[in-house]
Amino acid sequence: MKKKASGNLTLIRRLALAPYSFWAALFIVVPLIFVAYYAFTDLQFRFTTDNITRFFTATSTVADETGEHEVRTYVLIFLRSLKLAVISTVICLIFGYPFAYLISKAGARTQSILITLIMIPMWMNFLIRTYAWMTILQDTGILNGFLGMLGLGRIHIIGTESAVVIGMVYDYFPYMILPIYSVMAKMDVKLLEAARDLGCNGVGVLRRVIWPLSLPGVISGVTMVLIPSISTFYISQKLGNGKFYLIGDAIEGQYAANNLHFAAAIAFILMVILLIGMAFMQRFANKRAAV
Amino acid sequence: MKKIVELKNVSKSFDGELVLDHINLDIYDNEFLTLLGPSGCGKTTTLRIIGGFETADEGEVIFMGEEIGDVPPHKRNVNTVFQRYALFPHLNVFENVAFPLREKKVPKAEIEQRVGEMIKLVALTGFEKRSVTSLSGGQQQRVAIARALVGRPKVLLLDEPLAALDLKLRKDMQQELKNIQKATGITFIFVTHDQEEALSMSDTVVVMSEGRIQQIGTPIDIYNEPKNAFVADFIGESNILDGVMLRDRKVSFSGHLFDCVDEGFAPREPVDVVVRPEDVDIVAPEKGMLQGTVTSVTFLGVHYEIIVDIDGFKWMIQTTDFVDVDEHIGLYIEPDAIHIMKKSEYSGMFGDYSSYSMELDEIGELEQIEELGELTEEPVEEAKEAESEA
Amino acid sequence: MKTASKIYTGLVMLFLFAPIAILLVFSFNDSKSLSVFSEFSLHWYRELFRDSETLGAVRNTLVLAVCAALLSTAMGTAAAVGIHKLKSRYMRAVMDTVTNIPMINPDIITGISLMLMFVFVGRLFGAATSLNFATMLIAHITFCLPYVILQVLPKLQQMDKALPEAAMDLGCTPMRAFLKVEVPEIMPGIVTGLIMAFTLSLDDFVISYFTSGNGFQTLPIRIYNMTKKTVTPKMYALATIIFFVILFLLLLSNLTDADTVQAVRTAREKKKAKNKA
Repeated sequence: MKKKASGNLTLIRRLALAPYSFWAALFIVVPLIFVAYYAFTDLQFRFTTDNITRFFTATSTVADETGEHEVRTYVLIFLRSLKLAVISTVICLIFGYPFAYLISKAGARTQSILITLIMIPMWMNFLIRTYAWMTILQDTGILNGFLGMLGLGRIHIIGTESAVVIGMVYDYFPYMILPIYSVMAKMDVKLLEAARDLGCNGVGVLRRVIWPLSLPGVISGVTMVLIPSISTFYISQKLGNGKFYLIGDAIEGQYAANNLHFAAAIAFILMVILLIGMAFMQRFANKRAAV
Repeated sequence: MKKIVELKNVSKSFDGELVLDHINLDIYDNEFLTLLGPSGCGKTTTLRIIGGFETADEGEVIFMGEEIGDVPPHKRNVNTVFQRYALFPHLNVFENVAFPLREKKVPKAEIEQRVGEMIKLVALTGFEKRSVTSLSGGQQQRVAIARALVGRPKVLLLDEPLAALDLKLRKDMQQELKNIQKATGITFIFVTHDQEEALSMSDTVVVMSEGRIQQIGTPIDIYNEPKNAFVADFIGESNILDGVMLRDRKVSFSGHLFDCVDEGFAPREPVDVVVRPEDVDIVAPEKGMLQGTVTSVTFLGVHYEIIVDIDGFKWMIQTTDFVDVDEHIGLYIEPDAIHIMKKSEYSGMFGDYSSYSMELDEIGELEQIEELGELTEEPVEEAKEAESEA
Repeated sequence: MKTASKIYTGLVMLFLFAPIAILLVFSFNDSKSLSVFSEFSLHWYRELFRDSETLGAVRNTLVLAVCAALLSTAMGTAAAVGIHKLKSRYMRAVMDTVTNIPMINPDIITGISLMLMFVFVGRLFGAATSLNFATMLIAHITFCLPYVILQVLPKLQQMDKALPEAAMDLGCTPMRAFLKVEVPEIMPGIVTGLIMAFTLSLDDFVISYFTSGNGFQTLPIRIYNMTKKTVTPKMYALATIIFFVILFLLLLSNLTDADTVQAVRTAREKKKAKNKA
């Protein structure tokens, strides 16, 4: 009874959380359970592991200059997705990290202008961004027109893995820069001065102070590039000319074919692999932070 | 004098830890009362119980004769000046001060007039339209005071309001607060861990430790007649020695029999003896009641602070006479400079300067201030948690 | 070093904006060619504005984004207030984890998972197609919510805990103290959350793709359908318009961003102080 003083407010605050709790349970948690449910059932909703087995065992034949090969279709697709996503992420990191550093060292006005500029393409729909590259990279596109003008001949790039990687890098580059920048912008200049004072040279400061301190930004940047790259399906369709089936295409294809149970199985496997990967990365980050 | 706030047997614990242990306190109209004590002594919690931000687990809070334990803060005729001011950043100086009046739907003209008066009282005329975030610490402090006073509360609660100011500003604000209190006639309940602040401003000082009131009295009483070793040590510097009261006006300590002015102890009762550093005279060894060797001398401008080793007990003495380290000197103590206290749980914990150094003391104070910051935050959090659990 | 960083910045900007510039230029091309600019014309814009299906998609997108932004901001703000007050560390961890799921999960999984549930529930009620405007709105609110919470929660945490107490001390009921003192304090977070939710909803394709149905088509889905077949410069005209709308919105939000205003102001004051000295 003595708690009346602010009890009614507390009640209101607790009620404030109720709609969201309900919503999150119903539309975040339950749908994930449905993924597992569909993944482990057949069309009659009887339990089966066929969908999962199919992912790991389904085979198809591919032909190349050395002849025809029997390959595990979906395992290959997954590995390809992983490869392209990792390459894109590494490229984004290599070019994005120094750029984030440059921005963080610029004057306040320049910083805010550069950040706004980076965000403009980010807010353009990624379909349009990808599409723009399609018109650039096409055999009859601007790049080849340009090369032709210079008398350098044409190159065939659309429909190759390189084209897909270019699309991924272009679409997700800002996602790498922004988190790294925001960590670097908060970094205390005095720390760098202290490191210098304590005898670090430029490389030493970078390796021993800036890099470890910016690691949280790097990790979130890597996550923000890797995850959409690995699960994309539009980029590969447009820039890979549909030749480079990625894991996202596999899911989308099964969905379009109304093959929901297998689509769910692929999504489920992808989710589990990403979860393991993320836990691993988190541990790595914690370890680094502890050192 | 009229009692305005009474605390009767008030207890409070956070997470099973007793923070206030059966506090009894009467606060009178028109009084400047200070709750003084180290961090964690319960002074802020006492203030928050009076303000209505915490509810006592046990006991009664009586305001002008009425039990107000269940009255929420907004219905209490008590206002608070918060430690870090808690000014509303989205409102300018005028609107911050006008806040309580607007809440009470006071007519516009009256708001103008009363806010104007308050802003004048705290000498911020001309700053009305300024954003509070652009003000200095001292100015923010004044806004907080004006805002708390504009609603004409019966009692003003001040939670370490000067802790964030630098020394010079703090001295000025002490004087100003005192003047404002006199001018308005409002009861001030002031919380601080700074004994000097407490002594210079208050009509009544309440010394607290470990959730209990150690002593209530005027600053002079508290300084001259500390009730136990804790109070003697916390207020000013003190040499506190074990002694035996042989009979009235005769006390023995440090192997010497002294005349004193205290009476009413049992014969041969063990007691704590307090001698203030400034009350000891340095004389030639043969003329001294006690003899010892100087182990350190620190020049402090007005006087020297010296540490003297007398049979292994280190005394602190403040003197204007220069003595050298290793010098053998005699000490002379007037009977009325000796203060006798009953033995308490704090006996033997304080009053020896053997590990004393100026530096250490300062670090200690700094830590205390930092701790204070954490401490004042934590109970708030805990209190809210406790509330929401209910 | 200085020149090197300028060149580097230039190259990055070229990489980021060249494709957009090409879209822009070729949207005014008279012919259908994507490599040769023949003559300036507004031909493709006229085409675009004649395309009722695209215009309908624009309207759908806006309606959906406004609804999703408003609802997710209201629910998200309330949620942030509730989460901020959570006493139990365990509950807090559960809330944080659940809130993180839609942000970390690939969009395709969020989309698939919602779709599976909608389809399943729809089937229970015997509906042939269970995907429509409502399912899309639910999906959009779901993926916007975490961003709103993430904007509002830090503002609550940064707020001086004594502020609501001060308001109550000065005569506010707890509810009024919340409205008059806490809400203005967290307002920048609420506004940023609202804008983010709006733009996320406008921009989303993947989740919409899996949860849309019944002929309800948003702009990104329309773009997807348009780019499925042949390349048409009508798309470029659309992209150009979107580009300028986004540019305008970004500049607007930058101008109204309290932090930026504050930063500019302090910079100015510092300058003044410097000049005086």
